[in-house]
Amino acid sequence: MNYVSLDIFDLAVAALLILINGAISVLFSLGIARSLFIAAIRMSVQLAAVGFVLRYVFSQSTLWLIGLIAIAMVLIAGREVMSRQKYRFAGFWGYGIGVTALFAAGFTTLLFAMLIVINPDPWYEPRYLLPILGMILGNILTAVALGLNTLLTTARREQRAIEAQLALGYSWSQASNPIVRDALLTAMMPIINAMAASGIVALPGMMTGQILAGIAPVEAVKYQIVIMFLIAGATALGALIAVLIANRRLCDDRQRLRLDRISAKD
Amino acid sequence: MKWSGMFEARNLHALDFGPYNFTLHPGECLVVTGPSGSGKSVLLRALADLNDSEGEVILDNSPRRSMSGPDWRKKVRYLAAEPGWWAETPAGHFHDAGWLSENLALLGLEQTLAERSVSLLSTGERQRMALLRALEDSPTVLLADEPTAALDEEATAKAEKLLRDFTTRGGILVFVTHSIKQAKAFGNKHLKLERPAERGNAA
Repeated sequence: MNYVSLDIFDLAVAALLILINGAISVLFSLGIARSLFIAAIRMSVQLAAVGFVLRYVFSQSTLWLIGLIAIAMVLIAGREVMSRQKYRFAGFWGYGIGVTALFAAGFTTLLFAMLIVINPDPWYEPRYLLPILGMILGNILTAVALGLNTLLTTARREQRAIEAQLALGYSWSQASNPIVRDALLTAMMPIINAMAASGIVALPGMMTGQILAGIAPVEAVKYQIVIMFLIAGATALGALIAVLIANRRLCDDRQRLRLDRISAKD
Repeated sequence: MKWSGMFEARNLHALDFGPYNFTLHPGECLVVTGPSGSGKSVLLRALADLNDSEGEVILDNSPRRSMSGPDWRKKVRYLAAEPGWWAETPAGHFHDAGWLSENLALLGLEQTLAERSVSLLSTGERQRMALLRALEDSPTVLLADEPTAALDEEATAKAEKLLRDFTTRGGILVFVTHSIKQAKAFGNKHLKLERPAERGNAA
């Protein structure tokens, strides 16, 4: 592989561009110069830390360490799902549903990718596993958050319509069918749009990265296509798991709507 | 001889309200009155098993727990004061178009209303559609929450006639109203609710 290695001087020069943002803030008295500065520092420190962590992990390649990092990634993604929701279930379920969906969909897709599609040696080679898991989780996270958010928001908005059907003797699965469909549709729209726009509107980040690293474009494209399919499958699976569990939790053994189980985000 | 077909509430509690106790025979009507916040809707929703409640509700010697929620609600039908809609047109809410068109006239509704968008109907038109919807496929018990609140005098009389026909056929009616005249004209039995006493637990 041939690529231009960046030294610390290159980074410093690139950092100069942030001065444009600073100048705009001062010029229009936006008052964001300080938070801009902090954000720039955070970005640099966080990425540097990730770089060193990855360097260590790549040199170790032990399954338990990689597994531990993978689980931590799922738990952090679960928190992010919860924080993106306007309404959520009280207690354990608020966090549990998202994490369950991320675990089940994320690891199923990951194992499929590592064992069957890419098949590196060893199969858990972290140079492949961790970035792929990251991309999969990031997308499931969005889909699950959108799906749950839509389900709970619509259930509240459509309370009367749902209860009108229940009152007439419709089953919960009949009465909740429209909100479940809405939730699944909303969850799957972003990946469908992303697939349709790939290569025309935007060059996907991973592909760009591989090309920069000196991989032949056609090889990079092959990887990107695989990733897109992995993401599509993972988001569909994750959204389905989350929405079905949540929909079950929205009703009780008497097939009644239980809005008292969800609360607005403080 | 054991009576059959009765609708009974025994020591029923829901939220902060209750206990409620009553027994209704086929063809009887229980009129429920009381100020806002006295738990009238809570009572009806508890009877239909749409709210969590304690105590027992029994229809024809079968407690509600002996059947699924939907099966119970097919027999014990709740008609909300502000009914919800899930399809585009009123007709989309009925199983049997023929039954609907026969019954529209009984409530003074034009046939064409059935195919109009629900959102274009007046409050009174929607209330009458909801009443028909609740009576389709003949429930055993109808729990009607102010079913004539949005109706003018003529439409009210037609709706009352429909409700009376329902009890004449042996239906059991539980009926919330603010109208003293209606309460007197309808009720075999009368349940007067009051706001629960201030209990000092604001939580």
